[in-house]
Amino acid sequence: MAEARNEPERGGPRASRNVRVVINSESDIVAARQKGRALAEEAGFKHSSDLAAIATAISELTRNIVEYAALPGEIDLRQAQWLGKTGIEIIARDTGPGIPDIGQAMTDGYSTGGGLGLGLPGVTRLMDDFEIKSRVGKGTTVMARKWVP
Amino acid sequence: MSVPILKQGTYLIAVIQSALGDADLLMLQNDLTEMVGESNVNGVIVDVSALDVMDSFSTRTLRSIAYMIKLCGAEMVIVGVKPEIAFSMVQLGLTLEGVITALDLDEGLALLDREIGKRGENG
Repeated sequence: MAEARNEPERGGPRASRNVRVVINSESDIVAARQKGRALAEEAGFKHSSDLAAIATAISELTRNIVEYAALPGEIDLRQAQWLGKTGIEIIARDTGPGIPDIGQAMTDGYSTGGGLGLGLPGVTRLMDDFEIKSRVGKGTTVMARKWVP
Repeated sequence: MSVPILKQGTYLIAVIQSALGDADLLMLQNDLTEMVGESNVNGVIVDVSALDVMDSFSTRTLRSIAYMIKLCGAEMVIVGVKPEIAFSMVQLGLTLEGVITALDLDEGLALLDREIGKRGENG
């Protein structure tokens, strides 16, 4: 807790120990989620349900890159700290076509890629914090965080 | 990493050994449907207890495999969905609707015996 008090709050969660996984094909999905799971264990996640949730979220975010975006994309995985809490931060970045209607993409059952359309709304349920930024023609960045309970 | 498939009597048993990529899952789909088509098989068990994650693709593929096998006249049971995997699947909104599941291999075999025995009596 003492450490947290010294941190400036205005900066928001602080991240460290970045692990980048470059996504070139579907075969990188397993590597990305396994690295994320290992990092989550290091960050202090103990419950197998939390570890499975994190690995599943990474799997879905990576899958979005493979299915919709221009490859390669990237997944950044790191530990996050804020107000004495520790967690894991996942950033999925691509330079794909972007999402014209984010509200629609965040609706259960909506899909343009022939998938189930559960990816993004599902990830918000698996994780604690979620942000998405997308520019048509430029790409999409999704950030998701989960805190050690 | 391909999935070994054992034949035991009229059953096929596929035990997934580790985390599987999409290509591995599609290979399992091909192998199982081919084997059900060409040999005298009326039951299939897929043990998923070694899977680290059941995401949208793996769930969809397993569901497809179950339907394909059913169309070929056999029954499929998925065994070994761990509680934490079930938890994530439900949060993600995934279902294995219409697919028979059992706790483990023993339960799965007993379930197949009952299902196929029932079918034998009715037929």
